[in-house]
Amino acid sequence: MLDRAAVLHVARLARLQLSDAEVQRMAAELSKVLDHVEKIRELDLDGVRPTSHVVDVVNVLRPDEPEPSLPRDVILRSAPEPVDGGFGVPSPGAAGSDRE
Amino acid sequence: MLELTGAQAAARVRARELDPRELFDAYRDRAAADELNAFTWVADGPPELAPDAQAPLAGVPVAVKDLFCTEGVPSQAGSRILEGYRPPYTATVVAKLLEAGAPLLAKTNQDEFAMGSSTENSAFGPVLNPWDRARVPGGSSGGSAAAVAAGLAPWAIGTDTGGSIRQPAALCGIVGLKPTYGACSRYGMIAFASSLDQAGPLTRDVTDAALLLRHMVGHDRHDSTSVRFPGPIELPSAEDLRGVRLGVPEELIGGGQDGAGIEPGVRANFEATLRLAEALGASVELCRLPHAPHALSAYYLIAPAEASANLARFDGVRYGLRVDGSRDLESMYMATRSAGFGTEVKRRIMLGTYALSSGYYDAYYGTAQKVRTKIADDFRAVFEQFDFVVTPTSPWTAFELGAKTDDPLAMYLNDFCTVPMPLAGIPAISIPSGLSAGLPVGFQLAGPAFSETRLLDAAYALERTIGFDGSAARR
Repeated sequence: MLDRAAVLHVARLARLQLSDAEVQRMAAELSKVLDHVEKIRELDLDGVRPTSHVVDVVNVLRPDEPEPSLPRDVILRSAPEPVDGGFGVPSPGAAGSDRE
Repeated sequence: MLELTGAQAAARVRARELDPRELFDAYRDRAAADELNAFTWVADGPPELAPDAQAPLAGVPVAVKDLFCTEGVPSQAGSRILEGYRPPYTATVVAKLLEAGAPLLAKTNQDEFAMGSSTENSAFGPVLNPWDRARVPGGSSGGSAAAVAAGLAPWAIGTDTGGSIRQPAALCGIVGLKPTYGACSRYGMIAFASSLDQAGPLTRDVTDAALLLRHMVGHDRHDSTSVRFPGPIELPSAEDLRGVRLGVPEELIGGGQDGAGIEPGVRANFEATLRLAEALGASVELCRLPHAPHALSAYYLIAPAEASANLARFDGVRYGLRVDGSRDLESMYMATRSAGFGTEVKRRIMLGTYALSSGYYDAYYGTAQKVRTKIADDFRAVFEQFDFVVTPTSPWTAFELGAKTDDPLAMYLNDFCTVPMPLAGIPAISIPSGLSAGLPVGFQLAGPAFSETRLLDAAYALERTIGFDGSAARR
């Protein structure tokens, strides 16, 4: 069961701002989905190895050789606020460090 | 000309009986006049490079799901947060198709970030099913499926994470194939759940699926999870199913849990298709996938968890939407994400963030990954005795727009028969197997990893016997 406080905590972690109506709706909907998916916790999975990857590949390596990447101006064309050849952002806040 | 499949059109072009420029224009006109909302972008002129009639795909144009990056062409993943985004590079599978001679016709509408089973979660509005415009085309590759079914594109590609190619293919009466994980490069595919996402074809018939897939697979140094496909993808030619052993998993056709029960019309069609397979020489027996009923739960923990990490990149800094007017960096992030993501995407980010959060990680994500191991083991055991596992693709035919939007869990149950395969990384194909009350039904075959050529062969033999007529949707 997810209560209001839990929803607000998770929203904070996910950097989402939810309206009061959204919080209420999310609490009900997520609780229902969690009730359903929680059934897997009843399975006996002692000693079972978790699968993080279905294909047998380990440590795919390549030589560390520099190669050209996309030009800076091409990348910055998509940026909402290019500043001096970089990505412009608002100040990280009063307690934050220098503006990038 | 519009009655030709992709492979037939390519053969006509090669024989100089068809001008590929005329073919492109004919489809472009149809796509531009689309009333199904299947597209988010349609080419406004002929391709820059004149089509090469001698290339393998001979200038037969392809429609591409919105979430594939296409250089200079809007690639928005059905999301407000990427509205108008034109990437500086092209996804590997799209580049490969272009190289093989298939020019880009259009980008297709989809559920936002591929999260959905009805294409109602697109920021650009829902797609309508060409068989009945009051109904959904399935999702998340609903635009690709509707476009091919309605004859607005000769063929298309999409992506499948939990059923997003196969289920819309089933609901629109076309063929959809999800390849083995790693067969196709994910480079340039806007990510949903990286350990599950795979690109694949949506086509009018099985031969077209084989032909497109042949030009999509291969290792790509830009995606270290992609692998070299063992052997070429052959075009299918099987005339029967002699010696083919089909397994019907009790757990998936037995009614499922929480009302995931298969609709009577779909069940009747499935049974009839099994009889046709037997008549072609296949053996049909029940088999067991003991952990399959838990696949949906594992999927709805793993996929949102990976999505919550993948979608962290949308923060208003490097591309896409930024909502400003805020005091500091953090409030800019929050304002941007809250305005840019739709309801379902927020829901999945929340679910995934919760499943990965401190104190819950082992209980949810860790457990789901163990279930994933058990599901893969179940399939391995079944494939020792059977060639393919077969199920209905979707428990239902196309449902009415809005019918399931208020109940996320009901919507998730769409994927009951399609999620076990991506969790195990194995290939599966959906072919149209007939109509139920005037709406298409899909028949799914799944095989071991890298069995695509055999899978396509079996699907082809069945397709010939079924003789499905999809022309009604193209009128």
